Amino acid sequence: MATKKEIVARNIATMLHDGDFVNLGVGLPAMASNYLSKDITIWFHGENGAIGQKEELPFEWDWNDRDSCISWLEKHGDGDGDWRTGHRDLTNANDAFITLIPGGCCFDTVMSFTMARGGHLDATVLGGLQVDEEGNLANWMVPGKTISGMGGAMDLVAGSKKVIVAMEHCSKDGAPKLLKKCTMPLTGVHCVDVVVTDLCIIEFIKGKPVVTAMAPGTTKESIIAQTEMTLTFSENPATMLIPD
Amino acid sequence: MNKVTDIVTAVKQVKSGDTLMLGGFCHSGSPYNLLYELEKHPEINNLTLVSEDMGYGLAGFPQGQEVLVFNKQVKELIISFLGKNKRINEAIESKELKLTLVPQGTLIERIRAGGAGIGGFYTPTGVGTVVEEGKETKTIDGRKYLLEYPLRANVAFIKAHKADRMGNAIFRYSTSNFNIAMATAADIVVLETEELMECGEIEPDQVGLPGVFVDYIVPAEKVVF
Repeated sequence: MATKKEIVARNIATMLHDGDFVNLGVGLPAMASNYLSKDITIWFHGENGAIGQKEELPFEWDWNDRDSCISWLEKHGDGDGDWRTGHRDLTNANDAFITLIPGGCCFDTVMSFTMARGGHLDATVLGGLQVDEEGNLANWMVPGKTISGMGGAMDLVAGSKKVIVAMEHCSKDGAPKLLKKCTMPLTGVHCVDVVVTDLCIIEFIKGKPVVTAMAPGTTKESIIAQTEMTLTFSENPATMLIPD
Repeated sequence: MNKVTDIVTAVKQVKSGDTLMLGGFCHSGSPYNLLYELEKHPEINNLTLVSEDMGYGLAGFPQGQEVLVFNKQVKELIISFLGKNKRINEAIESKELKLTLVPQGTLIERIRAGGAGIGGFYTPTGVGTVVEEGKETKTIDGRKYLLEYPLRANVAFIKAHKADRMGNAIFRYSTSNFNIAMATAADIVVLETEELMECGEIEPDQVGLPGVFVDYIVPAEKVVF
């Protein structure tokens, strides 16, 4: 049976179209790439400076052993590495080593954020801690927890043509994450276009959250009960896809 | 004119109390040789570091940019991302270290502005968030923007794959990241390069960073992590 995350990832994949230029966040958003049709090409953007990201290579080293880290880096440097097979100088925004598809390219951070902030990305897919009724997103900081920094998230939500938030409908303890008003520090205001959860797809239409698709077997009553924000439902909500 | 120098002379361009820009995105394009040499000079301290991040933070030992913090050489960080770097978080909690978080696109644009003679710029990034606090705002064509100011440093450490003796540099794959903009925004720019070329060996149209921005060149290919 599909997990909640797999359901979210499968349905996000349907929102990406051939030729789209897309930034996929780390974790749940990145899982969407597992469900893309082989017949289409999505140009994945990494804010550290690469387009056309293909695969992420595993770290084949022991983090507690400096020599093992160095020997891997040396092997995948001038030795047998390049953009097709992986290279120590080619990474994604998650600091993992990657390969590129033919047609991919690299650039500096000024260019990367010209793309992100300047409205050149067709979509950005991010994880969410909370989304509220006004389309505000909180996803970069939990007060009292380890400080990790916002990285490029605030720029991505400020500039992408479409902001898609990927998240489980409720937190692990069952508390709602779709709220009337976010309580955690915001990443951006009025920036969310679509939220995809394991229960439904919510699109912000004229600034208001509308359920446009529901998971099979889910009822409106059940979604409303697990959601704090006021929802409306489209006339005939579509049925979400469930992966095998 | 000879820009090529030894690594000790190069890192001693940094003085206590300076603002130091460090190129790189984790290990990618990070000037580790210069960084680890500076660690050997604890008398150079009280620094403000401007960097994308503080290294991986995953290793079982201090690695990358964070080593300068644990060597008590840093008073302030102006960065965009820490990841799950527990060691740096502990230093911040103990108030040893001042932290200023800047959205990544705003950080690079402030550096770019600092290098390009721009007195400030309006950006939509951070509107309505903690980043807006204390900042001037302006509505342009119906959209709200924040005024952000340029950022400069006394010294920048940057890393290239190849550079000639003039400092014309080539960056491989995703390693140019912050390196190019930082080289324009510091009074003194120190470049470490994996390969030193003679002038004329790099085709002029392959140059990623013009050598006019570079003051010191250190051939240093040893440290990659």
